Amino acid sequence: MANMAQAIRLALNYSEKNLQLRDVFGQDVGAPLGGVFTATQGLKTSWNTPLDERGIISMAMGIAMAGDRCVAEIQFCDYIFNTIDLLKIAGNTLWCTNGQYKLPMTVMTPVGAGIRGSVYHSHSFDSWASRIQGWKVVMPSTPLDAYGLLLSAIKDPNPVLFLKPKALMRVRGDELIPGEPADEKELKMRIDAPIGDRSKWKADWPQTEEYRVEIGKGKITRQGEQITVVSWGRHLLLANEIADELKADGVSVEVIDLRSIYPYDWGMIKKSVEKTGRVLIVNEDTEVTNFGEHLIYRVVQELFYQLLARPRLIAGKNVPGIGLHPNLEDATVPQKAEIKSAILEIIEEVP
Amino acid sequence: MKSSKSAKSNTSTQSLGQLPDKTLIQMLDLMIKSRVLEERLIKIYRAGESYFWIGGPGEEAWGVPIGLLANKGQGVKHDFLHLHYRCTPTLIAMGMPMKDSIRLMMNRVTDPSTGGRNFSNHYCIPEMNIAPVTSPIGVQYGIALGTAHAQKRAGAKAISIVTGGDAGTAEGDFASCLIWASRKDNELPMLITVQNNYWGISTSYEGQHGETNIADRARGFNIRSRVVNGNDPVESYLALKEEMDYIRKTGKPSFIEAKVSRLYGHSSASGANLVTSEEDCIKSFSDKLVSKKIITEKEVKAIWSAYEEEALRATEEARGEGAPTSDSIWDHVFADNENSDWRKF
Repeated sequence: MANMAQAIRLALNYSEKNLQLRDVFGQDVGAPLGGVFTATQGLKTSWNTPLDERGIISMAMGIAMAGDRCVAEIQFCDYIFNTIDLLKIAGNTLWCTNGQYKLPMTVMTPVGAGIRGSVYHSHSFDSWASRIQGWKVVMPSTPLDAYGLLLSAIKDPNPVLFLKPKALMRVRGDELIPGEPADEKELKMRIDAPIGDRSKWKADWPQTEEYRVEIGKGKITRQGEQITVVSWGRHLLLANEIADELKADGVSVEVIDLRSIYPYDWGMIKKSVEKTGRVLIVNEDTEVTNFGEHLIYRVVQELFYQLLARPRLIAGKNVPGIGLHPNLEDATVPQKAEIKSAILEIIEEVP
Repeated sequence: MKSSKSAKSNTSTQSLGQLPDKTLIQMLDLMIKSRVLEERLIKIYRAGESYFWIGGPGEEAWGVPIGLLANKGQGVKHDFLHLHYRCTPTLIAMGMPMKDSIRLMMNRVTDPSTGGRNFSNHYCIPEMNIAPVTSPIGVQYGIALGTAHAQKRAGAKAISIVTGGDAGTAEGDFASCLIWASRKDNELPMLITVQNNYWGISTSYEGQHGETNIADRARGFNIRSRVVNGNDPVESYLALKEEMDYIRKTGKPSFIEAKVSRLYGHSSASGANLVTSEEDCIKSFSDKLVSKKIITEKEVKAIWSAYEEEALRATEEARGEGAPTSDSIWDHVFADNENSDWRKF
């Protein structure tokens, strides 16, 4: 099975060949490195840029304006903040021009903690991104979804932000990408750049196939009856683990992988919460004006009389950064024990 | 007033050059048309029929030649123009009807640039590769890199032209433009320009810059660079043509700093009153053509009158056109009007 970095690489290769993707660029995105997480190794259209995030976003906007498809990378989302006004402009260009200029561009950037990345390699951006109108925002939690969402992002006529949970870049899924070799070693041999001199190396790309995950559609990853847990990215996998553990104890947890932050799958959330009457939202962006608060607002507004317990949000602590020492990081971003306790508390709450 | 800068003198600094009479008269005609339009926009603002005016009266001698020389059309085989909000002269020279600018000024639903959503002079004309003008100054310098990149790939000798003001060059996007456009073996076909009117709203050039000429900064990146008198349409025309030819031939960027006047201040926020201490490029050029007997005073007056009448008529027509409806706010958030209202997800 491909890991997420390989899945992204396969999606970009597929898009170069089939979706008219013309440019994949960013800092260290081209040869020899092929991305700090190796997600852009071996591609025909990848190239290195100056160390200039504003230049990267601007370049993507201009390429899209000229009608070509591109994927731009900001090496870590911690460094995307100085481009926010450009992201605003990219998001409002279609609206400001009364529908005249589409900007079909994809920006991908690694997000979140989990790799002991210290203050400037641990930020999240999902809640920030949800406030930049005109963008679609997606975040996969599995390699297959990464492949399918990235194809959808590249094909989409709007700007799409593809958030990569960096702690999952080496995590493998349990579903093959269509056309992916079943043997992990074979895949590695064919598409991972060798250590050392890469000047003569070329990837031997497998013929992967069209597979899209529709933007705006979530996925129920665990069926359950007593509580709905909505998450995305790295914490989705934690939610799955907890649901599996609690199932053994006779607790039935439904887990929704939202996959798209905006637009989001309200239909799926609504149906699930109508069934369970209880909901917990989990993500690692900071907790004040967190996107999960919007989901809870909507749950309260539309499903108030069907709720059996107060909806909750577990998110990153509202502090300026994520400290390097594990004691600091673990106290800042949601941990498994905290999520599990919250699930049990909510289930025990009686109206 | 900066006495050391020729562009800030109210006396003529123009040459006549070797251009044919037909071109000289055409430039004067378009400069007058643009000025009449801008002054009409100011009158619309003063009459309470618009909320804000910002524009480019005084910068016609620079803007008109750009519009005349650009390879006009849509797509990567034509020039892209990334303009700022003092670009009316360029668009008039490219054939934009007066009424379209007035519709934008009056926020009519018929405004072809924004549908009543944005300020005056925030044009957007895809069929002429006019990229959307934005209020944040400087961002166009970066975005132009992308169209130039796509044009280079297309190999059609088309270029990306970017304009901006002197104050906007303090933004990082200006530096990004110089850096990315000049990378060795990756040079981009761009005409990078600055209209230096010596003001950033109310702050003088000296309060913002240490460099003698902004054009000097381009030289640090090995970008061919020059300073022109932007109050002289002939000098501007010849310089623009030479640099455009160079870019189309070599695929490399070039830089022009044009010293210009700012005749009605920054915007309506600063009163939009006529400044008489700076050179009026139209008066200078008109006087020169009359003195050389290329045109008569009577003919010049007739041009002014015809355009004033056209602008007035366009205003009356635009006034009667519809306003954008409140339920249209959700239109075009996403392409093809895909729903973007979370209440309907």
